[in-house]
Amino acid sequence: MASAVAHAHDVHTHEEHHEHHHETFLTKYVFSTDHKTIAKQFLVTGILWAFVGGLLSILFRLKLGFPEMDYTWLKPLLGKWVTGEAGQGQLDPEFYLALVTMHGTIMVFFVLTAGLSGTFSNFLIPLQIGARDMASGFLNMLSYWFFFASSVIMAASFFLDGGPAAGGWVVYPPLSALPQALKGSGSGMTYWLVSMTLFIISSLLGGINYITTVINLRTKGMTFSRLPLTIWAFFVTAIIGLLSFPVLFSAALLLVFDRSLGTSFYLSDIYVAGQALDHTGGSAILYQHLFWFLGHPEVYIVLLPALGITSEIIATNARKPIFGYKAMVGSILFIGILSFIVWAHHMFVTGMDPFLGSIFMFLTLIIAVPSAVKAFNYITTLWRGNIRYTPAMLFSIGLVSLFISGGVTGIILGNNALDIYLHDTYYVVAHFHLVMGSASFFGMMAGVYHWFPKMFGRMMDEKLGYIHFWLTFIGVYLVFFPMHFIGIAGFPRRYYEFSAYAAFRDEVYLNLNQFISVAAVITFGAQLIFGFNFFYSMWRGRKATQNPWNSNTLEWTAPLEPGHGNWPGQIPFVYRWAYDYSKPNAEKDGFTDFIPQNVPYSMTPHSNLPHENEMIALEKEEMLPHDTTLELAELAKKKEVTA
Amino acid sequence: MNGLLLTSIAVLVLVMFFIVFRMSNLVSILRTKSKKGEEIDVSTNNFHAYLFLLLPLAGTIWAFWYGIKHSGLWWQPDAAIHGAEYDWLSKIAHVIIILMFLVTNAALFYFAYKYRYKRNHKATFYPDNMKLEVVWTIVPAIILAVLVFTGWNLWRKVTKDAPENAIQIEVVGKQFNWIARYPGKDGKFGGYNFRYTDDVNELGLDFTDKNVNDDFQATELVLVKGKPVQLKIRARDVIHSVSLPHFRQKMDAVPGQPTTMWFIPTKTTQEMREELKSNPEYLKPDPSTTKGDPKDMKARWETFDYEIVCQEICGRGHFSMRMRVIVLDEKEYEAWVAKQEPFVVKNKEYVSEAIKRQTKMKQASGQALVENTSMSN
Repeated sequence: MASAVAHAHDVHTHEEHHEHHHETFLTKYVFSTDHKTIAKQFLVTGILWAFVGGLLSILFRLKLGFPEMDYTWLKPLLGKWVTGEAGQGQLDPEFYLALVTMHGTIMVFFVLTAGLSGTFSNFLIPLQIGARDMASGFLNMLSYWFFFASSVIMAASFFLDGGPAAGGWVVYPPLSALPQALKGSGSGMTYWLVSMTLFIISSLLGGINYITTVINLRTKGMTFSRLPLTIWAFFVTAIIGLLSFPVLFSAALLLVFDRSLGTSFYLSDIYVAGQALDHTGGSAILYQHLFWFLGHPEVYIVLLPALGITSEIIATNARKPIFGYKAMVGSILFIGILSFIVWAHHMFVTGMDPFLGSIFMFLTLIIAVPSAVKAFNYITTLWRGNIRYTPAMLFSIGLVSLFISGGVTGIILGNNALDIYLHDTYYVVAHFHLVMGSASFFGMMAGVYHWFPKMFGRMMDEKLGYIHFWLTFIGVYLVFFPMHFIGIAGFPRRYYEFSAYAAFRDEVYLNLNQFISVAAVITFGAQLIFGFNFFYSMWRGRKATQNPWNSNTLEWTAPLEPGHGNWPGQIPFVYRWAYDYSKPNAEKDGFTDFIPQNVPYSMTPHSNLPHENEMIALEKEEMLPHDTTLELAELAKKKEVTA
Repeated sequence: MNGLLLTSIAVLVLVMFFIVFRMSNLVSILRTKSKKGEEIDVSTNNFHAYLFLLLPLAGTIWAFWYGIKHSGLWWQPDAAIHGAEYDWLSKIAHVIIILMFLVTNAALFYFAYKYRYKRNHKATFYPDNMKLEVVWTIVPAIILAVLVFTGWNLWRKVTKDAPENAIQIEVVGKQFNWIARYPGKDGKFGGYNFRYTDDVNELGLDFTDKNVNDDFQATELVLVKGKPVQLKIRARDVIHSVSLPHFRQKMDAVPGQPTTMWFIPTKTTQEMREELKSNPEYLKPDPSTTKGDPKDMKARWETFDYEIVCQEICGRGHFSMRMRVIVLDEKEYEAWVAKQEPFVVKNKEYVSEAIKRQTKMKQASGQALVENTSMSN
């Protein structure tokens, strides 16, 4: 609870800080319509939420690893949720469920959706496609403030008498609909629903903006086939969000009706707390279909931006073009489409028609193919590269590894016959924490390290970044890999204790759970290093150069700290794709191992491929006449420097 | 006092950390000023490359060693007819994914090591290769197709209709325990209605239905070895899930929407315990018996039981919602059944009152509103 206080407090001081920093009106900063400022707002809020979400996981990991631990020392933080006398304080089992629920909600929605998409879609879309700002700065601002309001309400739910929502992040009714069945399903659940509704609005406002901006505001020459993979990923992500979040909204709305207006969409034949309820004819399974119609695409809403970011960073730091650009775009699109027709694989054991189960197994396993293609392409991009290990690159390689390691177990879980035994065990927990949770988190971290210089004009400290990476990388594997073992042993998720079952009483399991908890604490501790590095470097970091990573994309042609409108003069034009790294003969054209997107083919006659030479005529006709002095002058200067 | 001490130590460590950080920072600023030109710091590049080679290797070796060392432990012992097929399929699938995991991760980390930055070296411009893309689209697709079809095969076997001769048992989940109901001699369940539920009539049985008269309830699920059993599953309040790890089966219990599953137990509880004696993992003591008198200490095979594990979050007591499952041979089972008393016989007075109440409720609200759920076969 106190963590939530700290959070609310931090958000507040964060606003104040910027007020000093930018020395402008509070309103001008706080209610900014500049996409870069909004991106930073999303990022800082996301980081704060990540710490809250992480801390919650530590609280329940302690219980799982050390079932007999005395919780009295946490009483100042948790208050009445620690029961029992001093010396034998116990975590309240319902609060345990609340911790699990809020950890999931916060991480999936607030950190990996808002914190990841909100930050990087906002920051990179205009800068990488060459736009002055988002299509609608005002809607963009609203998007953040709806998210903020949603955050405040979710944080406030920690202080309610019955505690926050506790029915798991999926909040299946009837459990989530009946306060008689679970304390958290009282006002905690109401807060959850209100908060999520605001969150959905925020997501939709953001998504509409991203889509419109990518379609309409690309600079001259930035065709879809020249878009950096980051933008492709953000674009498809926004479309997925736009199509699936409204379904979550409808699911939530019907749940609100059932809770408050006495309807029976999800409720039927219930006898709870000594009372038969009036609800008849509803279907609890209907909710699950609606929820997972968002819930599954949500996995890709979280993952695709991370993959996009990784594509960009791996190409830049391997000094090689991303391998198979077209296949990468194709697999993003294919994953995007398939993500809508696999949802019921979360429901194989709900009693649905076995035939339907078969259909969803086929569809689910198809999605493994484009995912595999992506992994292979990343690996081939490294092949014969000249890899520089910046912290961002380390996290990107970590992402690919986690994506593979978590992805392969999806082949087991997507197979409905095999899923029967493993469904809702720790095997599932291991699977999605690796492939979705950790992989996306690594993508987010990679993005922060990589674009920090563009955001704040300063560098983050590399050494701290290295320490942060290695502790996190090792930590994440130590936390989630052993979960496969206890998952195969059948350990159920969301269990407060396992001692009631003969099947789960073995010292090896105890040891493993303890091991996982210790690893979790260390991994969480390593994030403090990042927190320090992030906020310290914001003000005191080494000054960055304009293009510190020698990267090709347009954002690095903007001034070190771009003002409103991003480029002071004309927006640069785009003449080539974003991946001309280590092109043969580029030296003869006066370039080193990279040729930025805004360099015309006419300036690189030696390194052009045959079909690119054909483009020169087209360039002269359509582009160069419009392209004014500024950029050419800059290019000439660069040539001088390199020569 | 302890807290204060710990806090001050923590603060001190943090301060020291900060000072070290500041100093190394200043030093590195001085250093980079002296050697201009190289914008990106690649001085630690080799270090990362070596770690990428060593750590995954060490981790993989550890995971294999640990997994193999306790290989008798991971899968719960299986006791269902389709269990052997399930385990076989699962093992094959795991071998395949472990190979995928090893090959791809090995390539990733080996390339990360091998192609680490070298001064004056230029990467190979290699933007695409159609053939490669086609190959690694088709190969995974074929592997997946094989897995899908073998899985599908098993899925159809597990989910097809229960055999005619299956013993039928109703399993009802409520916060926070399970109740089993057997149809009795007539082999027919009496109807129920959730509105009839109360503290005594926990299953909401309809006593005006004659089929209910020989139905008996149990707090343990008793099954027969070698005979198919069909569970008719429902929930009273929220969603629960009947998970039977030893029988490789699982099915949610949903209020208002009864579900069903079936399987064939292959070993009695006693047989399974005997069998586990030969598994070193089950010779170790059960941790729950080691705290008291050493005389009470029992090995894991002795305390072994089949169990229903609630596998869908259902509230405060979710973690303890267990039901013991006992598998007997046919003779023992019949002896057990003979000892069971029907609910109606056990609660005569209550039932005669309840019949009046239920009849009245039916008349008051009209037959249509209080339609019983029939449980006929």
